[in-house]
Amino acid sequence: MKPETKLNQSNPFLPEPARIVRAYNLTQDVRFFQVRLVDMEKALSFRYRPGQFAMISVLGAGEAPFSISSTPSRPGLLEFCIRKVGTVTNALFRLRENSLIGLRGPYGNGFPIEAMEGKDVLIVVGGLGAAPLRSVLLYCLDNRDQFGRVIVLYGAKRPAEMIFREEYFDLKKRVDLECHLAVDADDTGTWTENIGVVTTLFPKVKDINPANTYALVCGPPVMYKFVIKELVKLNIPKHQILMTLERRMKCGVGKCGHCAIDYIYTCLDGPVFTYWDVLHMRELI
Amino acid sequence: MRILKLKKLNLFSFLQSLSNGIELWAPVKKDSQTVFQFILPEEINKINLNFTRTLLPPKKLFIPPSFNMFQVTAKGYKEDYSWIKDRILFGLHPCDIHGLLTLDRIFTQNFPDSYYVQARQKTLILGLSCWPDEYCLCQSTHTDIIEEGFDLFFSELGDDYLVWIGSSRGDDLIRIKPEFFEESLGTKDIEKYIEWREKRAQAFKTKINFVFMPDLMELKYNDSVWERAGTACLACGSCSMVCPTCNCYNVRDEILLGDKPGRRVREWDSCTLLEYSLVAGGENFRSKKSSRLKLWYTHKLQAFGSKYGKPSCVGCGRCLVTCPVGINVKSISDSLEGKKVDAFWARFSIEVKP
Repeated sequence: MKPETKLNQSNPFLPEPARIVRAYNLTQDVRFFQVRLVDMEKALSFRYRPGQFAMISVLGAGEAPFSISSTPSRPGLLEFCIRKVGTVTNALFRLRENSLIGLRGPYGNGFPIEAMEGKDVLIVVGGLGAAPLRSVLLYCLDNRDQFGRVIVLYGAKRPAEMIFREEYFDLKKRVDLECHLAVDADDTGTWTENIGVVTTLFPKVKDINPANTYALVCGPPVMYKFVIKELVKLNIPKHQILMTLERRMKCGVGKCGHCAIDYIYTCLDGPVFTYWDVLHMRELI
Repeated sequence: MRILKLKKLNLFSFLQSLSNGIELWAPVKKDSQTVFQFILPEEINKINLNFTRTLLPPKKLFIPPSFNMFQVTAKGYKEDYSWIKDRILFGLHPCDIHGLLTLDRIFTQNFPDSYYVQARQKTLILGLSCWPDEYCLCQSTHTDIIEEGFDLFFSELGDDYLVWIGSSRGDDLIRIKPEFFEESLGTKDIEKYIEWREKRAQAFKTKINFVFMPDLMELKYNDSVWERAGTACLACGSCSMVCPTCNCYNVRDEILLGDKPGRRVREWDSCTLLEYSLVAGGENFRSKKSSRLKLWYTHKLQAFGSKYGKPSCVGCGRCLVTCPVGINVKSISDSLEGKKVDAFWARFSIEVKP
């Protein structure tokens, strides 16, 4: 992996001008944004790790952290899946293609890609957890020969709320990937996959070699406990169970204090944590 | 370090001579409190030398309670450093200088905060010795003496000040009025100073078991003291406002009416406030007062040490004189040690399940 870029070193809070290239809805309240830095040189040289996040500014509305959904293996454009849920996102949803926004980053530790190379990768997604995990999934697919088995378990509330639904159904057709989908409830009557929470997909995962497996988890806060239980049952080592967490952040660079947990800052030392971190530091999940 | 001697009666003239063309900030009496305030050369007599602690710590000059980070226009964000001025800040006691050194560890490393760094670089620090009252804990926190972090430091010694020159810029200040300073100290001065140090060390009445705190906080993570204190806590955030090392802040954009550019404002925040860990969508990672208080105190007395080498409490005693319900570094650490504490929350008889 190439080392990440650092924008605006003289003022770490200064948003870099960027434009919305494309924006379309993935679900009723989740929108997909393709963004490009206005400075073309910076746009092409911007490097990040899967699992890192960026701070996005909507002029006059404010700034918030968003995980990067695109993969560094496809440079030039940055992608985000954003739920309309607060002041900044509401303002962001009012913007059109070609609107100017501010962007700074990348921040956080990201996934330990180098350590994961050669290993099997088990990705467990709940709902909008697909946003950060899409980055690492696409990275694995773009560098398919660098990884062992790639398994995806994805649970959403209803079919309409499964973001990138078509992408995942396409993935099911691939032979070099195992993809299992589930919805809590099917209100369409046309759902052909599993019905139930994401943990009901675990029986479909066969013959795991736990010592050789990295499990990556992201989803709503309530999901972690149940998923971790399953992963521990599979004997995946604690330091190979990775999860990416959400916290309030106002700076992204360890200054504003909001994401402090115990002696770490989620923005600097996370947002990717291991299950050992969870046992070691209270209040993580 | 060079040490000179200044006659006490020359202090104000010296400060006055410095305040030409540069803002002088110094402690001034305001109602029953003392505050750091901008002083005009003709107001030099307003400076209050006999105070124990100011209402707000000097952090207000480096990270003001509210300041503009950027101007916001349709074209984007423009940095705004206009509030940062060349200043001389006089009257910092050792604990407050330690406070600034603690903030330095957060703000000048790993993505240095350009606003803080500039404000620090443009401000000269003139320290002043002090005498503890019953709330001073700096001896326990090992911040009662200061050996770095100032340009000049004035130690009161009878009719004189011993003036410690801590930097090249401090040396420049001396050269504005060299006639005020005696180069050599006599044996008597040294003896007097040693005696003063010893007496001052004896004068501390209040102590906490600072060294034990990191361990104790780990061991008593689920102690009922947190629930009890949490029940009493008003979640007013005063402790964070007055703490020299509380650095948390919020950021928000303001749109102004008319053609004026908007602005991105940064303002003090406190982890004791309800919204502190609230994320969009309504998930609040610290909805309970007890959990927010625990963050405050563990961060201050334990966790900051794990991250930056030493806990961040500098023992200034401001939380002791400020918290309306008696939750402070002293009452919390005493309670964790199992001591009886005369805070009203300690008398709560509520059943608390860990």
